Amino acid sequence: MPDRHRQKKSKYTLDRQMPGAFEGETVTRRTMMNIVANGAGAVAAAAFTLPALGFALAPIFKRQVWTWQPVGHPADFTDSYYVTKVINITPGIGEAGNTIAYVRKRDPAIDLEPEDQYNHFVALSDRCMHLGCPVRYVQAAQRFICPCHGGVYDFRGMVAGGPPVRPLDRFYTRLNDSTGLVELGPRYSVNNELQRFSPRFPGEPIDGIGQFLYPAQFDTANPPPH
Amino acid sequence: MPRIPQPPLPKALQPKPKKPAEDNGQVQTYPAPLDAGISVVDWLDERTALSPGLRWLLWRKVPRGVNWAYTLGSATLFAFLNQAVTGVFLAMYYRPDVAGGAYESVRNINDNVFLGQVVHAMHKWGASVMIILIFLHMGRVFFYGAYKYPRELTWVIGVVLLILTLAMGFTGYLLPFDQRSYWATVVGVNINAGGPFIGPFLSDFLLGGADFGATTLSRFYAIHMLLIPGAMAALIGAHLYLVTKLGISAPPWIKPDPQHDGDHAPDEAEV
Repeated sequence: MPDRHRQKKSKYTLDRQMPGAFEGETVTRRTMMNIVANGAGAVAAAAFTLPALGFALAPIFKRQVWTWQPVGHPADFTDSYYVTKVINITPGIGEAGNTIAYVRKRDPAIDLEPEDQYNHFVALSDRCMHLGCPVRYVQAAQRFICPCHGGVYDFRGMVAGGPPVRPLDRFYTRLNDSTGLVELGPRYSVNNELQRFSPRFPGEPIDGIGQFLYPAQFDTANPPPH
Repeated sequence: MPRIPQPPLPKALQPKPKKPAEDNGQVQTYPAPLDAGISVVDWLDERTALSPGLRWLLWRKVPRGVNWAYTLGSATLFAFLNQAVTGVFLAMYYRPDVAGGAYESVRNINDNVFLGQVVHAMHKWGASVMIILIFLHMGRVFFYGAYKYPRELTWVIGVVLLILTLAMGFTGYLLPFDQRSYWATVVGVNINAGGPFIGPFLSDFLLGGADFGATTLSRFYAIHMLLIPGAMAALIGAHLYLVTKLGISAPPWIKPDPQHDGDHAPDEAEV
């Protein structure tokens, strides 16, 4: 049993009669050696761990670059029917980098969201807002239908049934004056009032508290300038 | 310090008593080839002291009443080894090329490589077998109450291994890179993103960007064949160490038997 009344060792090396001690010194050689050896090990480990970690995490902070992609002449699109267009999100990886946009002309009678320079044409993403399967437009029913879990969207891309948590994502559209072609810009997400948000993953509601639970990502393409 | 008991030798290995007129007090010598084998083992053992460790690992006391359900852990281990070995050799032919090369390389393994279909199928079906076995093993441990003191940490490591095994299933599913792989991964990553606050960034990390991109497949490949297997091998080692250290628990229906479970030394026990 240790003696609880034992006198505490002085923190000064001089008081402890250590060889080479000098006035006011508190760090012993043993302590110094421990700090230096372990510190050097930690620095060496950090020297390869931190760059590797940054290397793996960097894509989270790298903004996607988006170029406007022409999809056709304005006369190709009507306000009562969606035209299916294949566009490329990630160049250089073949079909895995492609996605589908459903494009039509804006119909002021049903498209009640405020009009600006980027929505004269309505371009819906085919990515289902449940878990990201590709939805298919069925003209007879004027519905978008998802094959995976039965999500259904109406003609404007609003949720009409099933598990999706928000309306279909959209693309910014513009009419290029010099070429006369309709072009698709970056993707954006919308809430149930069709307000624009930066792109979110499917399955993330952005109404009410959802927009705070699922913050904007750092790697999605910037919206076009207003 | 308690000594590890010497293992009882099976009858076939016990030294035979000498016949009366056979031995005139000379030192017995082994025939040369047998002698060489013993020298090698002795040489290794003198330098590594492995044999006490092997005795500690292999000649353990096992409680009465153990049954076939106790083999599920080893079965899971062998399923893991099967995945490791077949996976290493699949990696010799597989190419994580997102522009179509991945699918072509898997097709090449199945159609052209000698025994390619077998090795691929061993890996593919072995994955399901491992998941089934790991759950059966977990059920055995749970229903036998074998997770209780002092084996809680063994259970916790086992749960981490279960999660890593499921992560292996998820990352491996993408590698054949057909339609099913691609869309299952899209759905899986989006389920990931459903976690509040960190979910979207976890999915960004998995995809290597905001969308399925050029490096997503190689990311999954690296996680599938380097990151998780390394962690699993280390944790399996810790799991087995704890199993050996703490011993196997008896089935819950076995009651202490004073006639058999005395505290006398086991090597004096009646055989």
